[in-house]
Amino acid sequence: MAFNYNEYLRTDKMPTLWCWGCGDGIILKAVIRAIDKLGWNMDDVCVVSGIGCSGRFSSYLNCNTVHTTHGRTVAYATGIKLANPDKHVIVVAGDGDGLAIGGNHTIHGCRRNIDLNFILINNFIYGLTNSQVSPTTPKGMWAVTTQYGNIDPTFDACELAKGAGATFIARETVTDPKKLEKMFIKGFEHRGFSFFDVFSNCHVNLGRKNKMGEAIENQQWIDSITMPKSKYDKLPEEEKINYFPTGILHHVDDQMEYCDAYDLVIEAAQNKKRVDVPIQIKPF
Amino acid sequence: MAREVISTGNELAAQAAIDAGCRFFGGYPITPSSEVAHAMSVLLPRVGGKFIQMEDEIGGIAVALGASMSGVKSMTNTSGPGMSLKAEQIGLGFMTETPLVITNVMRGGPSTGLPTRVQQGDVMMSRYPTHGDYKSITFCPGSLEECYTEVVRAFNVSEELMTIVIVLLDETLGHMHGKAILPDLEEVQKSIVNRAKPDPSIPKEEFKPFDVPEDKPAIIPPMFQGYRFHLTGLHHGPTGFPTEDAEICQRLIERLHRKIEVRRKDLLESNEEYLLDDAEWLIIAYGSVSRAAREAINRLRERGIKIGMFRPITLWPSPQEKLEELAQRFPAERILMPELNMGQYIDEVERIMKKRPVALNKANGRPISPAEIIAKLEEMGIQ
Repeated sequence: MAFNYNEYLRTDKMPTLWCWGCGDGIILKAVIRAIDKLGWNMDDVCVVSGIGCSGRFSSYLNCNTVHTTHGRTVAYATGIKLANPDKHVIVVAGDGDGLAIGGNHTIHGCRRNIDLNFILINNFIYGLTNSQVSPTTPKGMWAVTTQYGNIDPTFDACELAKGAGATFIARETVTDPKKLEKMFIKGFEHRGFSFFDVFSNCHVNLGRKNKMGEAIENQQWIDSITMPKSKYDKLPEEEKINYFPTGILHHVDDQMEYCDAYDLVIEAAQNKKRVDVPIQIKPF
Repeated sequence: MAREVISTGNELAAQAAIDAGCRFFGGYPITPSSEVAHAMSVLLPRVGGKFIQMEDEIGGIAVALGASMSGVKSMTNTSGPGMSLKAEQIGLGFMTETPLVITNVMRGGPSTGLPTRVQQGDVMMSRYPTHGDYKSITFCPGSLEECYTEVVRAFNVSEELMTIVIVLLDETLGHMHGKAILPDLEEVQKSIVNRAKPDPSIPKEEFKPFDVPEDKPAIIPPMFQGYRFHLTGLHHGPTGFPTEDAEICQRLIERLHRKIEVRRKDLLESNEEYLLDDAEWLIIAYGSVSRAAREAINRLRERGIKIGMFRPITLWPSPQEKLEELAQRFPAERILMPELNMGQYIDEVERIMKKRPVALNKANGRPISPAEIIAKLEEMGIQ
């Protein structure tokens, strides 16, 4: 029997604002299937989004939802999670939202290892506002603000997340919804900061001017720049520059989650002592 | 029983927040306000609350707004440069009708200005702290006691009107160290206002948080209780979902104005009148400057001069009727308005009084002294 998405969706908000063939809907459905498999009650779920096409993500899910300002999703979500540590908080941000204007909050969310599920919908462009260059737009490509070609180096978001201290880091693409779902299940289950770098297609505002064709061709392009980590690791170093590895890239369970750590602060304050945390010079 | 304490303005603001039921604080260090955060980091976990120092000023307000959206009374704290950075998030707070108290301990500006010195440069900024059109609320304490009582009042008002309330301290008050008589704790706790809850007879799935009368605040239940509402900074209709419907958009902005305007007299207005009954001369002052004005008045009274003070405690919305009344009694040349800026609130006073008081301005980070006020009044003709 086909999966029934309706109980998780605000069906009266359909159709979505997204263009035909946009990958965002594939991500939305994968998130729903993951929530369903985990058996989460939607009353216990909060979805926080920012600005851009991904900003509308929250309004389609039938749970507690907040559409915040540009780039500040992780900060708002941190407040919601820290005040409600037993609830599930999912953050959805675009590449501009999460890596440019909101980069600082992304870094420090990772560093705190707070139990947020941060979905970076990475479509390599500012789609909603008509093709301005983003931190992940490949060098050399056309954007409306780089009409002579983009000279800005591109960005590996997962490397940033790792350096900042996220304890679950994975990358998948909209071309494999099954893998996407599995990744979300694993990451949602993880207690700590889960960072999902999801490659999605924007054939309308990245593809068209870069002569990359329609949705399918854009998704084929995504496939051509990604490969599973196991395969990627075996590549000669000089070839790695052409690909992003997919799959679970980093997963550790030995770092304390932030809300759990704050419970130690409360205990210490109420017993008039310092927290029993050893001084740790390096993060991991 | 009233409580006698020795403390600072900043620490009293923190104590007030705890007593008012604040259980979440997000912020970023900035002189001369940081002691509020220091105190909150100690006090909050003791009562099971949460304190977090964020990566920047924007994160500081965003995390506090997030906690408040989920139903927990929250606070952030800053000084001028931090207010500039928080501006956009303040707009989201106004738009989503999320209660929050911001203490802004004013320092010299613009820009980095004079970080350890006093100014009242953020008075106009408090009126319009973010882009767009809305009404805002600002309280301005003038004593250590009021650093406590005005923060309590700010929490109660923010919960009642579902909006952000700014409490304008300044460096002088924030760092002033001395004795304060605080109201009885039980009395304070009895006065606590909590945000309205939805009518339980309405099924949760049919509840519309913004479906309220044209002059009433939204009713936003805590998250995770089955209401599944949506908050957005976009213009939104009764359900909270975005709309561009011309009529709904107009109604929303009018309601954000009206919900504050209709409570201006009975809930928001707060002033002090000092020795005004027989006064022939008037000083209008607020915040720490009012302390120098009070001392000047006491000295002049000893000389037999009939002079008094009008002190707005609620700066925004401004005390329309009171100022109109005073305009009838005093000619412009007998009203002095000392301010630690180049004349900000005086423009509002002039708008209402239809006459411009004599100004005494200073913006070099030093307080105005009673002697300076007396000298100015002598220049104006006091014998």
